[in-house]
Amino acid sequence: MNVRLVVNGVPHDVDVPPRRLLSDCLRHDLGLTGTHVGCEHGVCGACTVLLDGQPVRSCLLLAVSVDGQQLTTVEGLADGDELSPVQQAFQDCHGLQCGFCTPGFLTTITAGLRDNPQPSEDEAREMIAGNLCRCTGYQNIVAAVLRAAELGS
Amino acid sequence: MTKMFGEPIKRVEDRRLLLGGGAYLDDLGRDAYAAAVLRSPHAHARVIDIDVTDALDVDGLIAIYTYDDLAGAMAEPLPLLIPHPTLTHGRTQYALARDEVNHVGEAVAVVVARDRYLAEDAAERIAVTYEPLPAVVGIENARAATNLVHDDVPGNVAANTMQEYGDARAAVAAAPNRLSLDLAVERSASTPMETRGVLAEWDADSGRLRMWSSTQTSTGVRAAVAAKLGLDLTDVEVITPDVGGGFGVKIVHPWPEELLVPMAARLLKHPVKFTEDRREHFIASAHERAQLHHVEVGFDDAGRILGLDVRFWHDHGAYIPYGLIVPIVTSTQLLGPYKPGAYRVEFDSLYTNTVIVTPYRGAGRPQGAFVMERTLDAIAGSLGLDRTEVRAANFIQPEEMPYDFGLTFQDGRPLRYDSGDFPASLDKLKKLVGWDEFAAYREQARAEGRRVGIGLACYVEGTGVGPYEGGHVLIETSGKVKVATGLTSQGQGHQTVFAQIVADELGVSMDDVEVVTGDTRRFPYAVGTFASRAAVMSGSAIALAARNVREKALRVAAEALEADPKDLEIVDGMVRVRGNPGAEITLGTVAVLSNPLRYAFDEASKAATQFAVGDPGKPPVAEDDEPGLEGRDYYSPPHATFANGMHAVIVETDPDTAEIRILKYAVVHDCGRLINPRIVEGQIHGGVAQGVGGALYERMAYDEHGQLQNASFMDFLMPYVTEVPRGIDIDHLETPSPLNPLGIKGAGEAGVIPSAAVFAAAIEDAEGIPITSMPISPSALFELRRTHEGQR
Repeated sequence: MNVRLVVNGVPHDVDVPPRRLLSDCLRHDLGLTGTHVGCEHGVCGACTVLLDGQPVRSCLLLAVSVDGQQLTTVEGLADGDELSPVQQAFQDCHGLQCGFCTPGFLTTITAGLRDNPQPSEDEAREMIAGNLCRCTGYQNIVAAVLRAAELGS
Repeated sequence: MTKMFGEPIKRVEDRRLLLGGGAYLDDLGRDAYAAAVLRSPHAHARVIDIDVTDALDVDGLIAIYTYDDLAGAMAEPLPLLIPHPTLTHGRTQYALARDEVNHVGEAVAVVVARDRYLAEDAAERIAVTYEPLPAVVGIENARAATNLVHDDVPGNVAANTMQEYGDARAAVAAAPNRLSLDLAVERSASTPMETRGVLAEWDADSGRLRMWSSTQTSTGVRAAVAAKLGLDLTDVEVITPDVGGGFGVKIVHPWPEELLVPMAARLLKHPVKFTEDRREHFIASAHERAQLHHVEVGFDDAGRILGLDVRFWHDHGAYIPYGLIVPIVTSTQLLGPYKPGAYRVEFDSLYTNTVIVTPYRGAGRPQGAFVMERTLDAIAGSLGLDRTEVRAANFIQPEEMPYDFGLTFQDGRPLRYDSGDFPASLDKLKKLVGWDEFAAYREQARAEGRRVGIGLACYVEGTGVGPYEGGHVLIETSGKVKVATGLTSQGQGHQTVFAQIVADELGVSMDDVEVVTGDTRRFPYAVGTFASRAAVMSGSAIALAARNVREKALRVAAEALEADPKDLEIVDGMVRVRGNPGAEITLGTVAVLSNPLRYAFDEASKAATQFAVGDPGKPPVAEDDEPGLEGRDYYSPPHATFANGMHAVIVETDPDTAEIRILKYAVVHDCGRLINPRIVEGQIHGGVAQGVGGALYERMAYDEHGQLQNASFMDFLMPYVTEVPRGIDIDHLETPSPLNPLGIKGAGEAGVIPSAAVFAAAIEDAEGIPITSMPISPSALFELRRTHEGQR
């Protein structure tokens, strides 16, 4: 099936089988490998992208189901060479180790801070409570959410 | 220049990863064929027949391989990586099952197709006829040996191993006080966010193989693949790309897929890639931890252990490719910072029809720490002594270092502690967690109807085991410094910490240093990243290599500046004569001069051509010298260096729901000199979170048929942010290791080792019920309360 995906502002026309997952389409058809796949059953959150601004698990969506919609992936967060406040905060706070889960956290937090630009620590924890990370123990990710709020204000 | 070693430098890796520019295994090989593996649905069965007829109709199918397609060394069992004299019945699997499968998930056939969807379509259509056999699941069943995993392994016992110093049994018998304990730890697993994966390309013109693997040892994979595919080592290149976490599981090699994928790429003359899915990772990689222990201990009235006699049973799963490393680590590191008067430990390593067991972060130490610390808590309880007093009474003292137990460690070398100050660490921990004030707090909480408890646990961790690692440091004519080491990275920040070391050794800016790891093209001699060894081993080797380069740079520069090398210093990439401003030369120019040239390739290189430089009476390259400004060196330690630490936790248990909440978590950590405190603390945070998972949530729920009931992230409960402590208080003690040039000890596994022990202690303190089995979930605690009530 032919579908049009608008990813990070760039339209892509792709011909995909109906069963193709959005995560696979982004990664293997469009070559946008920044979105990672950790479980393929919607639990880990590594594959989170923004669909019309809302965080969604791209491993639980079929590519054909988002025809014509706007997607933001980790590759679309920075402003040219300049890291976004969330990306910068992750570096400042050592919020990543292996970096595999990181794209899903970055997209989730980007949307979270847009909705709640000045979260309390509890709200920061709530914001990332649906994403798994096996390296950092989350301490520095929570710090990064708060730091990103500071940088973004 | 600011010294970089010891500074909390931000990581140089991050920018690329944050921009989505990481290159993990499945991000590579976009045009490669995809492989899918057909796996056994049975825990134990004979393979009677494999019929691929139906699969052949699948559009996009390229090839199907079964055991019958394997030839030569590929048709032999996989290597037993670490033999041991007591491993009398070592069995390993075939790359594809031959006539028997021994766990759910064992590889039976591999399918190659245009993409993974099609490969799975074809795999589904392969009809395998199995004759199911009784499955052996769990240590008790393995020990009872009513059924056997392997017909030719009596009692399911791969190894029976004993070590002893003194006469422990006599010491226990003669002691004024004695206790017996039975203790258990269940299975968990490394569970990195990125699963396993491998990509291979065969260059038919040159007859060379290039492959990428999400591994903890590229040199190990290279040697194994070369041996199995009948290739010379020089014709195989293995590159480890970005790796999304390892935690031990990716040290195992060669996985069947690491052989089958290059085999297929070579046969098909087309790149082939395998990316494991999450369910496969649960049932076809490796687990760890499951052990049962029986302890007999004798002690005096001060709580000093006079004799300790430990008998344990270790479940190593269906095969034993990684040898006895985990139970040997348990049996030796169980001792922690203590010195029992006499010690005897004996274990059986047992086959079961479940996934193989190989090291997971901590690698047998969490079980050892659990057993030792539970024993010390039991001694304190029986004598009515404070738990910290009993520990202090048993500590090895700082003046006793180096302390040799007379036992053999996992590297085949003496268990000899090199450094540490356990009494000082305990003092720090008591202050950090508020140990002495806790009794009053517990009473106050109790008056409010709340249950709180405190626990502590100590450990010693052998890190930086040999045999060796190497480093290569090269200064380009641009002044840029290129560093390579053979071991791999999985998120530890090696590019940052190794650059810190080189920046200091050479006197260059970190920005000019670029580090490559895990690429056999850049550094072909290495062992791998495991056992908290990377910083110790490669860090030391790189420092030594950088010192060689520095010495050469000073020698070459001294000649150019007509100065004595002793009078030179290197500051920010400039070699200069101390106290003589203006007498200076850049390292880039020194690199030019170090390589005598016939041909100039740019303006700078003219300075090194034959009419410009050199004594016409001498050879341009001296007999004992070589061209270029580079150095290579290796670090090979006499034995492991021993890091240590102590954790304490305060928990609150809900009187109704038995929910376990963490109120405070404190860590005192001694990994010698810290290269980068930010990274060390990140390692501790991650380890503690995995420890929380292992202590409270994570277990492998096998049923009696050997089916893993929770093989998904929905059912295997890894901690989210909501399960980890809100803040971890960390204090460092730095007792430098005398064994390496940097005085460092490993830090990677520290956070996870004492978790089961420390949570058991705190929950026991809160509940007043002996905790002897981990993990302990709220429902397990709830049941324990009911049983305990019933017994009262």
